Amino acid sequence: MNLLSYDFMQRALIAAALIGIIAPLIGVFLVQRRLALLGDGMGHVALTGVGLAFLTGLAPVPTALVVAALGALILELVRARSRTAGDLALALVFYGGIAAGVLLTSLASGKGTTALNQYLFGSLSTVATEDVLWLVAASVLVLVILALFGREFFAMTLDPDVAHVQGIRTTRLGILLTVLAAVTVVIGMRTVGLLLVSAIMIVPVAAAQQLAGSFRATAVGGVILGLVCSVSGLATSFAIDVPPGPTIVLLALAAFVLAALIAIPLRRRRQRHPHLVDDASHVHDPADQHDTGHRDA
Amino acid sequence: MSPPVVCCDRVCVDIDASCILSNITLDVPAGEFVAILGSNGSGKTTLMRAILGLVPITSGEIELFGTPLPRFRSWDRVAYVPQRLHSAGAVPVSVHEVVGASLISPRRRLPRRGDRRTVRDALARVGLEDRRKDRFDTLSGGQQRRVMIAAALAKGSDLYVLDEPTAGVDAESQEHLARTFAHLRDQGRTTLLVTHELGSFASLATRIVVLGSPRGESSRVLYDGPPPVPEHLAENVWHHSEDVVIRPDEGGLLHRDVAP
Repeated sequence: MNLLSYDFMQRALIAAALIGIIAPLIGVFLVQRRLALLGDGMGHVALTGVGLAFLTGLAPVPTALVVAALGALILELVRARSRTAGDLALALVFYGGIAAGVLLTSLASGKGTTALNQYLFGSLSTVATEDVLWLVAASVLVLVILALFGREFFAMTLDPDVAHVQGIRTTRLGILLTVLAAVTVVIGMRTVGLLLVSAIMIVPVAAAQQLAGSFRATAVGGVILGLVCSVSGLATSFAIDVPPGPTIVLLALAAFVLAALIAIPLRRRRQRHPHLVDDASHVHDPADQHDTGHRDA
Repeated sequence: MSPPVVCCDRVCVDIDASCILSNITLDVPAGEFVAILGSNGSGKTTLMRAILGLVPITSGEIELFGTPLPRFRSWDRVAYVPQRLHSAGAVPVSVHEVVGASLISPRRRLPRRGDRRTVRDALARVGLEDRRKDRFDTLSGGQQRRVMIAAALAKGSDLYVLDEPTAGVDAESQEHLARTFAHLRDQGRTTLLVTHELGSFASLATRIVVLGSPRGESSRVLYDGPPPVPEHLAENVWHHSEDVVIRPDEGGLLHRDVAP
């Protein structure tokens, strides 16, 4: 493959594969929590980090990581205090993020709109060797946290009140999830770009959930679609010389449309054979049942 | 003598600067089946949420199993069945996953061997083991309720807190659930039920607590004792209560009317 013969393409492909795997894994929880647009906002906030890096000469990826994570933290703290103030805080943080990002970038000498565009819509040639290390480290961090807390995230997003009664610290976990979303946005910043990175968190999940029958199947399907779309989107963008972000996202949207079309006959069949009537005929007599409830040790 | 399962001592709850509950004192010893009744706005749901630590209390004290609520950590001893799942309809979840979620806690971050068996057994107890792999949102309202009760059963707790468990559930399923909870009561488990419609659970209640605000002030305990609801309070419980209309072919909650 001649596309792998370029060092920058190897690095871009690694970066694309990472975001293709990580983004839907976080996205599935965001969709379940009805916070599908959160990633979009975190992208705006990360832009401030990029602007700050331009101005100060710091490395963009770690700077954006720190700024986005801090933004996520502030946002969740405000949201925890009040729901209505939380909605406004969301808007304020997002607008502030993009405005500060653009302003800082224009203040930085020598960085024009080209540099900004590369961060907004992704670029094939900008993934430096040092970036790859940061992206791998951030991805490993996200995966380790998901392995540890993934089931608690699931319980929390299913119903936070019930999760609370299971001893799950829902406020802390909510903060952790938002910070993970911020980290994910930065992982996708180089290849998909900050304006579109949220799409790769949400669209593969939206496509998978058309056909899936369970949360696990949605997550697995989302990861497969995310990986396929980001890697093939990157290759396409190399072949026809367009920015990778829009290519990846349009591929994911095509996958969504396809999944939705396949799902139509499935849904019709479900409606034709509804299990809607409460059927108590096969209910067992409790006398036959013994108490099988297990209690935590 | 073990401490009461639930102990509310002069509990007051304010929401948005208005006093919802005032001076609620309530002890629930182990093995009781307590039905908290009241019309809409009587604060019965608020009291339940306060007991579960979901609503902060303004004054007074709540203890669970003898431990003040802020220090209470033995959440494996409490199971809560909400009216509906918060996330219903967002990402598809299977019936198995809904029940399995109740086994997740900070003490059990990773799945254990036997979890699958526990989930199956709990679903069998509500008669829905054959729907294990189905999407939760394809079930009727009544079946969804039974799955959420199965989730509480899988947890195997000492205290069950149920929010309107019979709303939208057909009579036959109600009977079945009532038998399950009678069995739990006989084992010494405690149930706290918040409802405006006792349905098949009427025969189970060992104690009735009626909340209300007779003169428009904040809610307080109007009656606390054995069933049935005293004649002069019947109006407080049933009047203004929402009449839940169930169409048998859907089994779900269709529309609500104000009872005459």
